Amino acid sequence: MNKKILGVLIVFGLMGSPLYAEKVKVGFMTTLSGPAGIIGKQMKHAFQLGLDHIGNAFGGMESSVIYGDDQRKPDVAKQLADKMVKKHQVHFVTGVIWSNLLVAIHGPVTRSNTFLVSANAGPSTVAGKRCSENFFNVSWQNDQTPEAMGKYLQDNGINNVYLMAPNYQAGKDMLAGVQRYYKRKISGKVFTKLGQKDFQAEISTLRASNPGAVFVFQPGGMGINFVKQYNQAGLMGSVPLYTAFTVDAVSLPALKGSAVGVLGTQTWSPDLDNPVNRRFVRDFRKKYGYIPSFYAAQSYDLVRFIDHAIRVAGGISDRDALRDAMRLGGYPSTRGNLRFNNNHFPIQNFYLREAVKDSDGSYTTKIIDTVFTDHGDNYAKDCRMKW
Amino acid sequence: MGLLLIEQAFNGLQFGVMLFLIAAGLTLVFGIMDLVNLSHGSLVMVGAYLATTLIEWTGSFLLGILFALPATFLVGVVVEVLVLRTLYERDHLDQVLATFGLILFFNEVIRIVWGPASLYSGLPEGLSGHVEILPGVPYPTFRLMIILAGLLVAVLIYVIVAKTRLGMLIRAGASNREMAGALGVNIRMLFTLVFGLGASFAGLAGMMLGPLTSVEPGMGEPLLILAFVVIIIGGIGSIRGAFIASILVGLVDTLGRVFLPMLLRSMVADSTADGVGPALASMLIYILMAGILVIRPRGLFPARTG
Repeated sequence: MNKKILGVLIVFGLMGSPLYAEKVKVGFMTTLSGPAGIIGKQMKHAFQLGLDHIGNAFGGMESSVIYGDDQRKPDVAKQLADKMVKKHQVHFVTGVIWSNLLVAIHGPVTRSNTFLVSANAGPSTVAGKRCSENFFNVSWQNDQTPEAMGKYLQDNGINNVYLMAPNYQAGKDMLAGVQRYYKRKISGKVFTKLGQKDFQAEISTLRASNPGAVFVFQPGGMGINFVKQYNQAGLMGSVPLYTAFTVDAVSLPALKGSAVGVLGTQTWSPDLDNPVNRRFVRDFRKKYGYIPSFYAAQSYDLVRFIDHAIRVAGGISDRDALRDAMRLGGYPSTRGNLRFNNNHFPIQNFYLREAVKDSDGSYTTKIIDTVFTDHGDNYAKDCRMKW
Repeated sequence: MGLLLIEQAFNGLQFGVMLFLIAAGLTLVFGIMDLVNLSHGSLVMVGAYLATTLIEWTGSFLLGILFALPATFLVGVVVEVLVLRTLYERDHLDQVLATFGLILFFNEVIRIVWGPASLYSGLPEGLSGHVEILPGVPYPTFRLMIILAGLLVAVLIYVIVAKTRLGMLIRAGASNREMAGALGVNIRMLFTLVFGLGASFAGLAGMMLGPLTSVEPGMGEPLLILAFVVIIIGGIGSIRGAFIASILVGLVDTLGRVFLPMLLRSMVADSTADGVGPALASMLIYILMAGILVIRPRGLFPARTG
């Protein structure tokens, strides 16, 4: 008899919980098709690993995730965001690799009173005057990483630097970032086409201007092609190459030995020594069999960030409490303990990394120096948000 | 500046002959068979994938290319026999729709067989060095080889079309399909052959691109747009036109990309030049096309067919 009652209770319990408890809905948008699909794959993998680590329950609550492929197209991103907000009524729209896509969805999502959390893109346009109380960034502001590179170049007496980036918002932010700290002579500056594959003409021009060093920002496949052709042109040994978001765990498996010794700056590296990161890198390599990139680390952080905020706020119904909880930071991040600036961008360290061949023969990056400690971005002062 | 101009001219030439390899087949098929083939870019991709894989299997660049060429020819023949043959009598819109479908088909097949991630391969041994084209101007050997191969193909096509029996039949079939058929020429076979040849030239372009850039699904489409610009400038159906227009487009695109932003920077503020320069440079070839069409509405060398 008692067993029967217990059974009935369990059945009711099971039926009851999804009906009465609120469900957390998270939209995750990334690029899964096309040449950049490899980045999206890493981000999705890391996101799923994050879900494993939180028991598939954001803040311990029943959760569902809606995945979307933005195809790296702003119009597709906008449709996806609309669908996530209106049809699925998500609480968070997250992910987003590309700055131009983030700019396209920033207005519509934040105005709809849905939280938008970028796991990668950090364009200047949404960090300053247009900052929003519904937008958070768990990666970095675009200018910061090249700022660190610029500071390194400046501090180490490197002169006559040639600058190269694709012609889009992030490219412009990157070069502005380098030049904010690097004040010596610039030997030349070129904006290439976004998605360009053959850089021979640019490399010829670069060589002719006889620079002391080269700084490039060419993310994803563009970077692989560029570094490969830079090598083919025989410049790797003679003109040192400094990079941001170009030589990383996404490009290294294709670049292999050709990028060893190339320096770049980043907020994260697989060898960053803290408990969360050690567990993330170990479990990621075990589950997927390859070394995670910073894209993956940020995507993992995204899960922990939302999970932590919901726990602190005690649910998702009170949006103001949830926002306050997100602003607190203090979530278990792969980059240690992060806090947020008034514009909702993280204040964090920036490291100098070198591409190396690791003891088991795989190519990875190693931190060799800390360039900035607790570095905030340049646009926070233009953001009128106070809290 | 002078040396840079020469080096950039070489870069433009290399890009130009690459475009010619693609445009040659496109203009033959469009001009002679009167077929709009949007999937011509897919053949570039097929060639690149086949070559990358075969080079890896055989361990030799030359062997890989030698096997990949007939393989791409075969792919072209199969596509012609199975799909395109039914489209000759239809109007251009039907052909556009069907060949667009082929693009989707090829991209998906490649994704299924090779996966969505890009393939990267290195330069072949022995061609990875540099040659001094002028004192103080080292130029990658592999890119010089592309220029040579492109020029060789141009000569080969000229010889085939102008000097051989096959070329005579092609020209006959082009100027009057029914009459040539009535005189006993197997037009069907001829068109299959022409299409296969065009496919292998496009494939060759893909094979040359492999070691330089990434090989990935959809890699042919941006090139196809440029190839269409080339055949429109050159005059549809004209091999000579395609050759001259390819070189022209290659030079204008490369030199424009390099020198236009420099020129603008000397005229307006740097920030304006940085914004306008690259945008304007990427429009240059379309401006060139529009300009040429104003003066010569049928292109530089309108073919004397049909």
